[in-house]
Amino acid sequence: MPELAYRDALKEALDEEMGRDPRVYLMGEEVARYNGAYKVSQGLLEKYGSARVVDAPISELGFAGLGIGSAMVGLRPVIEMMTWNFAILAMDQIVNNAAKIRHMSGGQLRCPIVFRGPGGAGGRLSSQHSQALEANYAHFPGLKVVAPATPADAKGLLKSAIRDENPVVFIEGELLYGLKGEVPEGEHLVPIGKADVKLAGSDVTIITWSRMLTSCVLPAAQALAEKGVSAEVLDLRSIKPLDLEAIAASVKKTNRVVIVEEGWGFAGVGAQIADFIQRECFDDLDAPVLRVHGLDVNMAYAANLERAIQPSTERVIEAVNQVLYK
Amino acid sequence: MHSSELLLTLFRKMSLSRRFEEKAGQAYGQKKIQGFCHLYIGQEAVVVGVNEALRPDDYVMTGYRDHVHPLVRGADAGMLMAELFGKDTGYSKGKGGSMHLIDVEHHFYGGYGIVGGQIPLAAGMAFASKYRGEDRITVCSFGDAAANQGALWESFNMASKWKLPVLYIVENNKYGMGTDIARVSGEPDIHKRMGAFKMRGETVDGMDVLAVHDKVESLAKDLRAGSGPILLEAYCYRFRGHSMSDAATYRTKDEVEARKQQDPIITLRTHLVKQKVATDAELDALDEAQKHIVEEAIAFADASAEPPIEDVYTHALIAEGEPDEHPRARVRGVEVKWPTYPTDFKVTWDLEPKEAPVSIAPPVEEVAPAAKPMKKKGAA
Repeated sequence: MPELAYRDALKEALDEEMGRDPRVYLMGEEVARYNGAYKVSQGLLEKYGSARVVDAPISELGFAGLGIGSAMVGLRPVIEMMTWNFAILAMDQIVNNAAKIRHMSGGQLRCPIVFRGPGGAGGRLSSQHSQALEANYAHFPGLKVVAPATPADAKGLLKSAIRDENPVVFIEGELLYGLKGEVPEGEHLVPIGKADVKLAGSDVTIITWSRMLTSCVLPAAQALAEKGVSAEVLDLRSIKPLDLEAIAASVKKTNRVVIVEEGWGFAGVGAQIADFIQRECFDDLDAPVLRVHGLDVNMAYAANLERAIQPSTERVIEAVNQVLYK
Repeated sequence: MHSSELLLTLFRKMSLSRRFEEKAGQAYGQKKIQGFCHLYIGQEAVVVGVNEALRPDDYVMTGYRDHVHPLVRGADAGMLMAELFGKDTGYSKGKGGSMHLIDVEHHFYGGYGIVGGQIPLAAGMAFASKYRGEDRITVCSFGDAAANQGALWESFNMASKWKLPVLYIVENNKYGMGTDIARVSGEPDIHKRMGAFKMRGETVDGMDVLAVHDKVESLAKDLRAGSGPILLEAYCYRFRGHSMSDAATYRTKDEVEARKQQDPIITLRTHLVKQKVATDAELDALDEAQKHIVEEAIAFADASAEPPIEDVYTHALIAEGEPDEHPRARVRGVEVKWPTYPTDFKVTWDLEPKEAPVSIAPPVEEVAPAAKPMKKKGAA
């Protein structure tokens, strides 16, 4: 299996889907001549032409809405947001139109569209450029929200998102674009709504998604293994729909849970998962569910503060020891 | 120059629109319609004049003052009223209500409640037409106040640059809810702003249905020929408040009365009688027939059931293989011709044709050529 960087896995998905379906086009800032701010669309303009790889003006709300309108009448747009921080400007269109048109038309219209781009911290970018916003989008009925952590999942989930009949918020990890991993060639589809056990274990379940998997959860699991603690690592991949079955199955097995989330704790995705676990898996729990998340403060620029604000391997290990009463 | 058939259609549809809205207003008073309810009374010349100049397969959308836009496109009056009543037989099974009427069968795509939120969508629908090489146009209406939304500026910029076949219509009724457009706008005449986008900005008397019709007929021709987007500002007036809960105290009685003298339906009636297209009695009969349609619509909505409670979660997310709802087929049991969108085609549109780079440098004043350097004294 070839090894690809996360960005190239995404490009492979785009390329394959554009190749098989003329309705698919890519629009966003710098996606065409510049080949993408993160080089995800490298070479696609040359291959597919200026109507299918479109450089948009800096008008996030405008081109998000344009994409939605085109999806309502039969196209399948992929709208690239240079970062999800900028997409806050487009939130009205995503939330008030894309997420609601199926419902308010009583099933007459559909909106198959993908909004994709990097989320989370990018490294020394301060507060306006470092937000993990998946909880915001997951809040709204009518949207799917996915956040792949590996190159293989990036490709497989993007292909599924493009073929999905619903609007999909596709959040890539800003610091993951260079991450390499094995990626199946050709028709590799990862179903939306299915979590993946990235590491099997028996003592504790660590639930996470996106960059936290490789930045602190797997390193923590490895360190814990050296101390004789067997951690099961569950990568959600999809935030919405959430794979409740996989979560319940793992909790049943380990009886202890730590949820690791890059975003803020208050009303975060982890709060939703903890709510589910205490309701549905109460009798399986041997300890309260603990959460490791971004500190509830805006991101700082200074290197030490930025480190302190984000979840770390140390904080994950500490939380695991706590649920094990060690 | 206008056929009798067209003139009578214009009259019939304006009358139907007026009667529909009058009854909707009454039903609101009876609490059969609740929530927000924005009536179109007074502005009928715009929606009818525009519609009769379009093709049935052109894409049409508007904001939340949307009851009569689908009606004049051919939607079922009873099912529209049922939607306003929140009934299962409504176009959206009671999920949308007054502000979100949608009838895809007649290419009416909504019905949007966030001011100006439909403007980018219209650019996208026109983008899709151009992408597939179709000659249909998209027509998107909004009120004067929506012109101050960023959504408009962002969309017009793209529509202009990419020459999208979209006709934007400002239904300028002078007030954004209770605020006179001139009180909050540096340039209250919206069409005058179009120079900023290199877009055509046109105007029309929105109280004159023939003027609206003729204008849109000519603009639609230009749009199909590749003119790029056009804005048409139709100056009109709503005789009622912004919504049913608005007593409209921000306007004087004199102002409203003066405008009512320009009632577009009376104006057309006078014209038809004068031109001997129809007699007053014939027009009365036509009007009565529209009243009857609306009475039947009310009866239908009244007699319809609320949506089943099991439907509370339907149409949230689309399951694999889930078909679209075809409202008239579902409710009336008739066969409908549902719009289809091609899945296999070749994209030939060059969105960014090679052109001479446009200079963005400020104009430079002519300066005298630099003086020749003086020869150094004593140089050879």
